Amino acid sequence: MKLALFVPCMVQDFQPQVAEATARVLAKAGMSVHYPKGQTCCGQLQYKSGNWKSARAVARHFMEVFQDWEAVVAPSGSCVSMVRKYYPELFRDEPLWRDRATDLGKRVFELTEFLVGVARVEDLGAQWHAKAVYHDSCQVYRALGIHQEPRKLLSRVKGLELLEMEQADVCCGFGGAFSLQFPAVSEAMVAEKVSHILATGAELLVSAEISCLMNIGGYLRKQGHGVKALHIAEVLAHHGE
Amino acid sequence: MHVRSLEFGKRAQEALLDERLQRNLERIGVRFKVGRDMAFAALEDPEGLRSLGRAIKEKSLANLPFLLETLEARVKEAGGVVHWARTGKEACRTVCDLAKQRGVRTVVKGKSMVTEEIGLNQALQSQGIETWETDLGEFIIQLAGEPPSHIIGPAVHKSKEQIAELFAEKLGVPKVEAPEELTRIAREKLREKFVGADMGITGANAAVAETGSIVLLENEGNIRLSVTIPRIHVALVGIEKVIPTLEDLAVILALLPRSATGQKLSCYTSIITGPRRQGELDGPEEFHLILLDNGRSKILADPDRRQSLYCLRCGSCLNVCPVYRKVGGHSYGWVYSGPIGAVLTPQLVPARLARDLPFASTLCGACAEVCPVKIELPKLLLTMRQRLSEDPNFDGGIPLILRLAAKFHGWLLTHYSLYRLAMDGARVASRLLMCDGRWSWLPPPLSRWARKRYLPAPARPFLKIWPRLKKELVQGGEKS
Repeated sequence: MKLALFVPCMVQDFQPQVAEATARVLAKAGMSVHYPKGQTCCGQLQYKSGNWKSARAVARHFMEVFQDWEAVVAPSGSCVSMVRKYYPELFRDEPLWRDRATDLGKRVFELTEFLVGVARVEDLGAQWHAKAVYHDSCQVYRALGIHQEPRKLLSRVKGLELLEMEQADVCCGFGGAFSLQFPAVSEAMVAEKVSHILATGAELLVSAEISCLMNIGGYLRKQGHGVKALHIAEVLAHHGE
Repeated sequence: MHVRSLEFGKRAQEALLDERLQRNLERIGVRFKVGRDMAFAALEDPEGLRSLGRAIKEKSLANLPFLLETLEARVKEAGGVVHWARTGKEACRTVCDLAKQRGVRTVVKGKSMVTEEIGLNQALQSQGIETWETDLGEFIIQLAGEPPSHIIGPAVHKSKEQIAELFAEKLGVPKVEAPEELTRIAREKLREKFVGADMGITGANAAVAETGSIVLLENEGNIRLSVTIPRIHVALVGIEKVIPTLEDLAVILALLPRSATGQKLSCYTSIITGPRRQGELDGPEEFHLILLDNGRSKILADPDRRQSLYCLRCGSCLNVCPVYRKVGGHSYGWVYSGPIGAVLTPQLVPARLARDLPFASTLCGACAEVCPVKIELPKLLLTMRQRLSEDPNFDGGIPLILRLAAKFHGWLLTHYSLYRLAMDGARVASRLLMCDGRWSWLPPPLSRWARKRYLPAPARPFLKIWPRLKKELVQGGEKS
């Protein structure tokens, strides 16, 4: 199956290794992976900060870039939920664009839901001897209903011991512009999240959402905790020890 | 009530530093959230019940004018008097006039968010009328001179030690910390007020149009005393509280206590239709129902915001909100707090006074999962953000710098070459600003973000990695 890789803006310029891992994992699952040129972003920052005019322009650009693909896969739940849930809402007064959005929404997938639900692959031959804990990002779990898929995939990684933390589905406090506007509240939320992660004794913190990883990973790093924050694609593409 | 919602950021920061408050907030999860989850887990079809609840609110608000007229007619038939109030001020004036005309000196009150909304206590007190809150939590915050910090537990921000100190100071009683003792003190103080009161004021959890009844849920029995002992009962009810029938009420009664406190039913459920009738032993001589608009019909008229009015005031969205649980109710600066407060406040007060609140959320969606009438709170928060930012009738939104940054970013995203050029520029600039993997300088608000978190610098973008990776993947594919 031919598919298009959508590389979210945060991945493109800040975590490019996540997109690389995603491409490798999808190729491993037997997919023919393509990277359509001209792609930029889904527009959720604009949408969520109340600037719908600007969000519409970005959304139109996104739809133009990806309109002809049978499947579009992204290593991020929030971008997928933006396209699938909020694009039709953004264009509700423009029927042509709304229909295009609804149609594209059915073909845009978050990585783990694509692997388990569409490609029907759970064992990607990955190996990593470590204790890991999975964080249910709000935009992956609550917005898209993806809960079991990442756990299924991680349970097939050789050597990986998958732990569960307390309140795995409570928000990490990122919230995009929220963390810039109310940094103190955001810090308190991520501190609590990290306390739950540390309590498990895990060495790896795994998530399917890039923004949570930037938040939790950034906190872990600056506070000097040894836990590594990784996108699930990075774990699934791993073969060494 | 004075609106202090613009101070959200500042007060949230203070709340985070208040260790006692943080300890008190931690109990909310245990006290309310767990109970709610257990109560719903025990239901055969919790989703179905919530959908039914939503359908009832949808239908009620779609037929609001008719239902309100029916309610008015039935209340009159039952011997009650109906007053209409466009604004909080009008409602306060009606209550004060009633009190003055009837020589009322002392008022006892049942717990009511809507009277907090319109500042009724202050209005009565300014007329020299003694007013006593009789719900234990409300009694505590009245003594403390504070607004409620939670819809269901107005004094949830206080520990029993703090309450003991407060009672000792304000009531002149010895300092005791056992909850039973504190309750006994409040009860003794309040019993004398009940007996001496001329007027009882309550809100209502619902009003039933077909019978002209108001419905009051409580656990302490103080509301029942407030509506049976004084000679006048005044119920202040937002127009959105009306539902068509008693059958609809059965659904609300199944949802509300479970959502609020995890109970199958509150200890007291009072359905009150008019004043005492001839031959009856209990009840007031007069029953007045004040139907309050105070901005609600404007919300009703807007299809995108209408579901804000479905709220049953159970408080369950507060209990699961990770922001509320960190900053507490007072940070929101008005009467309603948490996700529903962030939605309602800018609609009920001048929007610019509460423009930050819809942005004070990560949109995590935990609230929508527990709402008994399935209010799509994240969607409403997004709608309010859009209105505040784009609609000239609203006036506010996020700080200008963030708004402009988002706009510029949005413009770049539709101009691919310029976007790439800008990111290349950012990468070069970041190299100049980084020293040994640390930022030597960051512009605000990024600097604040990076106080406790490492902020990644722009890396070599994926599109530069892709050509080599593509080759590798194609060759790998050919091999296998």
